[in-house]
Amino acid sequence: MPVLRTPPNVSLHAVLRGNAQTLFESIENLLDGFFGGADNPLRHLGALGLFFLWILVATGLYLYTVLDTSIEGVYNSIGYLSQEQWYLGGILRSLHRYASNAFVLVMMLHLLREWAYGRYHGFRLYSWVTGVPLIWLAYISGIGGYWIVWDRLAQFSAIATTELLDWLPFFNEPTARNFLMPDSINDRFFTVLVFIHIGIPLMLILGLWAHVNRISRVDYLPSRRVMLATLASLLALALLIPAQSQAPANLAEIATDLPLNWFILFIHPLTDITSPAAVWALVFGATILLFALPFLPHPAARPIAVVDPANCNGCSRCHVDCPYEAITMAVHPDKAGHKIAIVDADNCAGCGICAGACPSSTPFRSQERLVTGIDMPQQPVDAMRHQLEAEVAQLFGNTKLLVFGCEKGADISALAARDTAAISLLCTGMLPPSFIEYALRSGVDGVVVTGCRDGGCDFRLGMQWTRERLAHQREPYLRSLVPMDRLHVIPASRGEGMQLAAAVQEFRTQLENQTVTSSRPPAYSRRRI
Amino acid sequence: MAKPAAIIGQIILYGAFAAFIGYFATSPTYKQIPDDVALIKLSMSHLGGRECRKRTPEELAKMPPNMRAPLDCPRGRSDIKLVLELDGKPMYETIMQPTGLSKDGVSTVYKRFEVKAGTYRLSAKMNDNLVNPGFNFVKEAEVTLQPAQVLVIDFNPDKGGLFFQQGRKG
Repeated sequence: MPVLRTPPNVSLHAVLRGNAQTLFESIENLLDGFFGGADNPLRHLGALGLFFLWILVATGLYLYTVLDTSIEGVYNSIGYLSQEQWYLGGILRSLHRYASNAFVLVMMLHLLREWAYGRYHGFRLYSWVTGVPLIWLAYISGIGGYWIVWDRLAQFSAIATTELLDWLPFFNEPTARNFLMPDSINDRFFTVLVFIHIGIPLMLILGLWAHVNRISRVDYLPSRRVMLATLASLLALALLIPAQSQAPANLAEIATDLPLNWFILFIHPLTDITSPAAVWALVFGATILLFALPFLPHPAARPIAVVDPANCNGCSRCHVDCPYEAITMAVHPDKAGHKIAIVDADNCAGCGICAGACPSSTPFRSQERLVTGIDMPQQPVDAMRHQLEAEVAQLFGNTKLLVFGCEKGADISALAARDTAAISLLCTGMLPPSFIEYALRSGVDGVVVTGCRDGGCDFRLGMQWTRERLAHQREPYLRSLVPMDRLHVIPASRGEGMQLAAAVQEFRTQLENQTVTSSRPPAYSRRRI
Repeated sequence: MAKPAAIIGQIILYGAFAAFIGYFATSPTYKQIPDDVALIKLSMSHLGGRECRKRTPEELAKMPPNMRAPLDCPRGRSDIKLVLELDGKPMYETIMQPTGLSKDGVSTVYKRFEVKAGTYRLSAKMNDNLVNPGFNFVKEAEVTLQPAQVLVIDFNPDKGGLFFQQGRKG
């Protein structure tokens, strides 16, 4: 029997998380082959969850308008949708049900994926902690939604839930007494229930607003293709297996042989096979664990970006490009009429995307020590320039390449050779495009830029900004004198070193076979001051 | 990946997603109790008794006129003893304690008992003031339980105290 061994000084949690990350990466890379990064649902689980939530809201509004909240009316009015108005109300009801299941599924996958990628501590603590209560709200809303139908399944869930709640020492009288016999409940119960089923999702939406509050350019919706495909899937499901009510609730008998919804109502069988105490221990234990996870020992946080007031001209590009809203602009203390970037230490991811956005981060500046407006202490642009100059000077061969990589993506160290220099960055997004021109004008024949796959950037927007900068769509632009056929962008995730090496070799072959027809931009030798 | 293969792959994967959602939305079916079993639910919420003392005329005279209540009743309530028997055999016995920090709230109980469907002699006895011996509420009846049927044992002074309630099966 295989035994899970942990290397010395590595916790079991770290091993589990690392294996989960590898698994996610493998599946995501596989799915990229079918969907592409931008349309890969697994890379956009949060946005997909929001899309399902909007489906729930839209279909729920219609269901609310036709709902009769009397005991018999609630069952009949919903049954009417499925039986008599199947072409509209029935489909919307089915969509409502299946979208709720899909929402729960992607919510849990989103939770698992963010944990696997280690996105729950440091600057992500806020998003993680604000996300945990949303799971409770989603389940409370989902379980309550099943009660509204007031069929046998609703009866089962209502009794099972109240029996579970009664284990807690909160209620003076057992809440399950409300469901003893058919005459135990009255019409107002459903009025209250409907308001709860509307109120809790409203709290959920408010919580989601807080959840994404500290990130910029939130993906509120997935790509149009993903939306259309998932909506079509749910519509097909609604037509093939329309949601139907069970027989009306009858509290005089136990509901048996229930077509249970295992996404939402699994907690009831779990209570039956264990005990209310075990289920509450599991639920509260899991919640406490999720809240505590960010506070467990983790590697030290990355150094954060540092602003140099003398070189910050207040252009706001770093503010615009920061994926985590860690940069704000304030009045410059020394330059009248100018602004200055201010870094929020709690929000800064230490990715360096701001340094890549800064117009002062150009290696063509003649100062011996290159000081830019905003920089990373652990990898200043000055050090990048020195490394580039040193490594390019040592290159030898017919076709000299320079590879800029990302420490979160495929490892580029194995690519380093006599004719290939490799410079790994905190994130590909911290690469100022002028460094590519600088490399080509310093004698390199081709430049490779590699980073995480589309939709898989560990700092959300690094690869996207890089692509846009290189395509002259985003400042700072790559200057047009750089021949694009001497530049190759290769997305490659962690663990895809082999594929990256093959792609680099292919690029080298193109350069050597003179498929690349352009000439290098004019040579440049920095004037040193 | 070639486009047609990618499209076919997408259709298969979205189909698998829909199939996964569709299956677990209703399957597998869940059976909470076996087919031949009925359910007896014991559920009651009742305020236990308390021993009040009649104040003497001297005591009343010493009190302000607006507070001269003839009885001196303690705030706390008595525990309630409850015994259930099925066909003369002990089924459940409990002492229900009053809720509240001052023990002045209702005493409650909620229990489920799964029994084979059939006819039974059901007996419930309750003493809501343990200062007194014995049981001041007793209910006995022959009950017939059909499979999956629910019988409720409850207490309501307006219904004569302990009572058994069976609804009609659908």
